[in-house]
Amino acid sequence: MIEVLIFATLNGLVTGLLLFMLASGLTLIFSMMGVLNFAHASFYMLGAYFAYSISLYLGFWGGLLFAPLIVGVLGALIERYGLRKVHDSGHVAELVFTFGLAFLIEEAVQFFWGPDTKNYQTPDLLDFPLFTLFGQEFSAYRGFMITISVGIFVALYYVLTRSRIGIIIQAAITHPNTVANLGHNVPLIFMLVFGVGTALAGVAGVIAGPVLTTFPGMALVLGSIVFVIVVIGGLGSLAGAFIASLLIGLLQSYAIASDVGMADLLNLLGLEFARDHPLDDLWTLTLPQIAPLLPYLLLVLVLIFRPSGLMGKREQ
Amino acid sequence: MKTLVKKISPWIGYLLLLLLLPQFFDSVLAVSIFNQMAIAIVFALSYNMLLGQGGMLSFGHAVYFGLGGFLAVHALILIEFETLTFSIIYIPLVGGLFGLLAALFIGSFSTRKAGTVFAMISLGVGELIAASSLIFVSFFGGEAGVSGDRTYGPPFFGVEFFQNIEIYYLAAAWVFIATLFMYLFTQTPAGRMANAVRDNPERAEFIGYSARWVRFISFAAAGFFAGVAGGLFALNYEFITEENLNAVTSGRVLLMAYIGGLGYFIGPIIGAVVLTLMNSLLSNYTELWMLYLGILFVLTVMFLPRGFAGFIMMHQLAWTRGKLKSLALPYVKTGVPATVFLAICVALIELSHVEGEALHYLGLELSQDSGLTWALLLIAATAAFIATRKTLPQLRNAWIEANHMEDSSGEADP
Repeated sequence: MIEVLIFATLNGLVTGLLLFMLASGLTLIFSMMGVLNFAHASFYMLGAYFAYSISLYLGFWGGLLFAPLIVGVLGALIERYGLRKVHDSGHVAELVFTFGLAFLIEEAVQFFWGPDTKNYQTPDLLDFPLFTLFGQEFSAYRGFMITISVGIFVALYYVLTRSRIGIIIQAAITHPNTVANLGHNVPLIFMLVFGVGTALAGVAGVIAGPVLTTFPGMALVLGSIVFVIVVIGGLGSLAGAFIASLLIGLLQSYAIASDVGMADLLNLLGLEFARDHPLDDLWTLTLPQIAPLLPYLLLVLVLIFRPSGLMGKREQ
Repeated sequence: MKTLVKKISPWIGYLLLLLLLPQFFDSVLAVSIFNQMAIAIVFALSYNMLLGQGGMLSFGHAVYFGLGGFLAVHALILIEFETLTFSIIYIPLVGGLFGLLAALFIGSFSTRKAGTVFAMISLGVGELIAASSLIFVSFFGGEAGVSGDRTYGPPFFGVEFFQNIEIYYLAAAWVFIATLFMYLFTQTPAGRMANAVRDNPERAEFIGYSARWVRFISFAAAGFFAGVAGGLFALNYEFITEENLNAVTSGRVLLMAYIGGLGYFIGPIIGAVVLTLMNSLLSNYTELWMLYLGILFVLTVMFLPRGFAGFIMMHQLAWTRGKLKSLALPYVKTGVPATVFLAICVALIELSHVEGEALHYLGLELSQDSGLTWALLLIAATAAFIATRKTLPQLRNAWIEANHMEDSSGEADP
């Protein structure tokens, strides 16, 4: 029992921190531009694919170094020449634009890399068990994923709150006009933030690609979950995104690892149903079965009872 | 009297078009495309009730389409086993009522707010229903879906709906009725208030309307018509799967409505027709059609924010002032190189993706291995692009000229 719990916690942490890497960029972009970037997970996918292609020539570490840079530059270009143009048509148009972008990137990935799964591997250097607990191994690569994610969180936090550029960014979020009057190029800051946000998504893609498999549907798998996290955490709140990422990661991991279901609940209540009951599907539900549902359930509940999210500011 | 004729004549034209279409195109393929169009039109129009008229961006509209479709298939099965006896012409109504029921339930909490909150709830609900459809196998049939048979019901004036063409006339009737009612809805106080709430919920509240209630009514109506479309889908294909209520279908209807033009009643119809045509015709020629669709979508959002319908309506001012003719030449001057440029881009994309040695494109045979072909294509593309850029200012000037008013300036060039 205890080993299941420990490994579920560790796996939940890995997933949660990975989700945070995506969510942090998304929430930062939202607080700047007020637009939820539907294509954010697509940049994550691009990160994985670029890293795969680069790793064929320069190895995994080359991919880790260059792929996020390429993704970041691409993101900045899309902001400069795409999103900024659409900005005048309003928020709905922006949201729809990023939605179309996600669609387009998925198709483009299939065009350039083909529809099949890519054999993107973890580096040999990290191909050993970090520790063995209760006879189960915890791979060094997962430890590496945790290290990178925590490192990024600390660095991001430090840059945003302690550095000069971070203070300018924070000021530009709340008072763009004042910051512009002080002589800062606000559109350039926006472009940079978009670029850095997408680059972060790229990093997530690079390190998640070998574990979660690199295939054209990988953006779709994570895309809506990241949305859910940002909304649950409270739009624009970095701390909220952090909490929500861990919450969702752990929740899913525990649900998958558990083996309770409706049958246990019914037993507890002393009820029994015949196998051919029309609601049979409902009575035989198990928690692992509904694990993928939980984030969305949480999202709907949060939006109904606390529309501003866990850490979001109250809406006017 | 004259205004009445003016009001009714587009509807008569629409009805005639619906009835006469299969007379001109009577192949099996054409009829099956028309049936898909009919479904898409009702679905896209119902989506426009949300986004275009009510300002509610939904990422889960396929839920009502799918749920309506599933119940419609179940109704077909019940008819088959003679638990129920009614003509299958009422099946879309069954789907619509179930869509309405689902929308009443979900709308009761999701329409409290518009904007991002609404969009996110619709996304969450959409994913929830799509995921649970794979769990509740007895109703949704799992991955395989459920299937029925439309030919068991009592014949309708001797028609037993064995053939697709019979379904087409049934679908055409439903499309006409649904379009008419959706149009009439926009003219009711509820429809008008939906526009007001979209534009400024605060002011709408100040004159005494509950923004939430207004949104709720639009939402329920949109759910009903999405269900009708789902019922039509069930009749046409006689089966339905989880795919029809998931995010992909929700995304497709957003695409249709947006490409067609959200602000105009006719926009989603145009979008539905164009996308269905692309879907069924283009996919015969190239497996990359989804890529082109994505490019088309992104370009539309960037350059034609009001869709195809908006592009057509932009010319209204020039038309009423009789200056449309002065635009024709600049349009040709820019349009020809632009079309050439796009055609060459398509050629380049196809050439890089072609399996085998040669690509047959517009009567030409292009070889993938020949460097000369690539060089020529690239040079031609560059030339066409430069020509487009050079002539664009002329078009812009002509546009400003055609729309110039003494006291106010016209709409800007896209």
